[in-house]
Amino acid sequence: MLRFLRGRLAQLVPTLFFVSVIIFLLQQLLPGDPALVMAGEERDPLVIEQIRKQYRLDRPLPVQYLYWVKGVLTGDLGESMRIKQPVADLILEKLPVTLQLASMAFVFALVIGIPAGIVSAVKKDTAWDWGANLFALWGLSTPNFWLGILLIFLFSVTLGWLPASGFVSPAEDLGRSIATTVMPAFVLGNAIAAVLMRHMRAAMLQAMNADYVRTARAKGMRERVVILRHALRNALTPVITLGALEFGTLLSGAVLTEQVFSIPGFGKLIVDAVFNRDYAVVQGVVLVTATTYMLLNLIADVAYVLVNPRLRG
Amino acid sequence: MNAEADSPGRRALSRLLRRKTAVFGLAVVAGVIVLALGAAWIAPFDPLQTSFSLVRRPPGAAHWFGTDEVGRDLLSRVIWGTRASLSAGVIAVSIALGVGVPLGMLAGYVGGPLDALISRITDAMLACPFLILAIALAAFLGPSLGNAMIAIGITATPIFVRLARGQVLVVRSEDYVEAARAVGNPPHRILVRHILPNILPPVIVQATLAVATAIIAEASLSFLGLGQQPPAPSWGSMLNTAQRFLTQAPWLAVFPGAAIFVTVLAFNLLGDGLRDALDPKSQ
Repeated sequence: MLRFLRGRLAQLVPTLFFVSVIIFLLQQLLPGDPALVMAGEERDPLVIEQIRKQYRLDRPLPVQYLYWVKGVLTGDLGESMRIKQPVADLILEKLPVTLQLASMAFVFALVIGIPAGIVSAVKKDTAWDWGANLFALWGLSTPNFWLGILLIFLFSVTLGWLPASGFVSPAEDLGRSIATTVMPAFVLGNAIAAVLMRHMRAAMLQAMNADYVRTARAKGMRERVVILRHALRNALTPVITLGALEFGTLLSGAVLTEQVFSIPGFGKLIVDAVFNRDYAVVQGVVLVTATTYMLLNLIADVAYVLVNPRLRG
Repeated sequence: MNAEADSPGRRALSRLLRRKTAVFGLAVVAGVIVLALGAAWIAPFDPLQTSFSLVRRPPGAAHWFGTDEVGRDLLSRVIWGTRASLSAGVIAVSIALGVGVPLGMLAGYVGGPLDALISRITDAMLACPFLILAIALAAFLGPSLGNAMIAIGITATPIFVRLARGQVLVVRSEDYVEAARAVGNPPHRILVRHILPNILPPVIVQATLAVATAIIAEASLSFLGLGQQPPAPSWGSMLNTAQRFLTQAPWLAVFPGAAIFVTVLAFNLLGDGLRDALDPKSQ
């Protein structure tokens, strides 16, 4: 286990290095003089000179990178040009909102995707299986911002049951917090539910053909017990770990969902930053999401080895 | 039976055409291509022609999909929108294929430090969530349809690097590759003439599915205002407008979204069908 962990960490470090290089180099894509672009409407030569100094744009590229990475490693992601606040603070402020949304979305995905996958595998080639597969295709092909708009039309505009936009923190008012997040969480979880359903179906079909399931059946166990206790238990672990990898998709999807429902989270932060030409914020958000994703990946891998005795060695 | 009728391509095609869902996907994709190419002849109205007497008319006999907030015909805009979506899908995936496949093949064939370097960069790019990286790239490049295509293409590249590399590792110790090497073929010839044709089937499948992803990504970027710029029609930016008029003109939200859904569904079905047709073992 320790050796496995050491190997994975050794792989993580160079990947993180390249992630930081890619994100740093994004700045080089800016057309023309980056200091001028970052200054935006500001034309005061003093301000432009200050930006040039602050980002060390007058120094060679590798030197700029080293200064930037030194900042990142000490938790300094730069300062937002517009809001005049440290980027790290902005991200920490928005992160809980997106995490709440993403966790609720993941619960939706599990509650829909896992049972749908089990039913579809157990009742293979019946109307149930067809229905579940149709649902998965629908989930994978619907742009989530469209689904969001349609739900707002149905539940907010027509029926008036749920608020169309905004966000209330659960600490403030739990009921209203759920009312504001239930639609966006469903929208966000929908695509993951489809992915989980497909994984679950495949894993269940494989487990149901396994020897231990045949043995259980031969012993005369009831089909329900065979499916729930023998097949499901073995099929579930890889699906849950695969599901953890879908977290990146959740973060991507959150950008659009938060935009549609005007939720002041992580996704809204990056979109607003893009339009404010607040490039340090854009870089900060990409860096944090990529790092989060890699850590989750690592946790999923470790969990997979831990629950799978054959891989422990 | 002659050799012509039994070529692998023909066998795959006949397997593909036996699947109803794949045929449906193929038909819709063909239809979308016709709409995109023939938009100028098929669309009943000029997609940019505004009219103050026709603002927000619901769907009816003259305007099947209704009109938008400045009186433009929605059907014509949806038809013209196929151009932005389809070209974004195809061009972005072409960029990803053109850059990703050669790099992946090189990494897989040459191995060593070059492979390590390419693989780590691929890992790093895959660690950034797809849309977030595309948004960041589009933001730094500047908002336009062309830049959105480049951003999506770059973001989709690592998938093809990884796929091509993996396939080359499988194929490169096969007898026919050894044989080609033994008779003294140079590496570039082995890669292009002997390895490439054999790794093509999974690449084609992935490319079809990637077009679906790229179309959603273009719509997403345009929805956020980072893709096609108004007044040029794009399904994503039309949905952005639609949200602002949801109470007065809900039809504005229905048709562009349905167009994205049907097109993406068709590419997904075609991709799934191709996977089964090109890889008989998977069934």
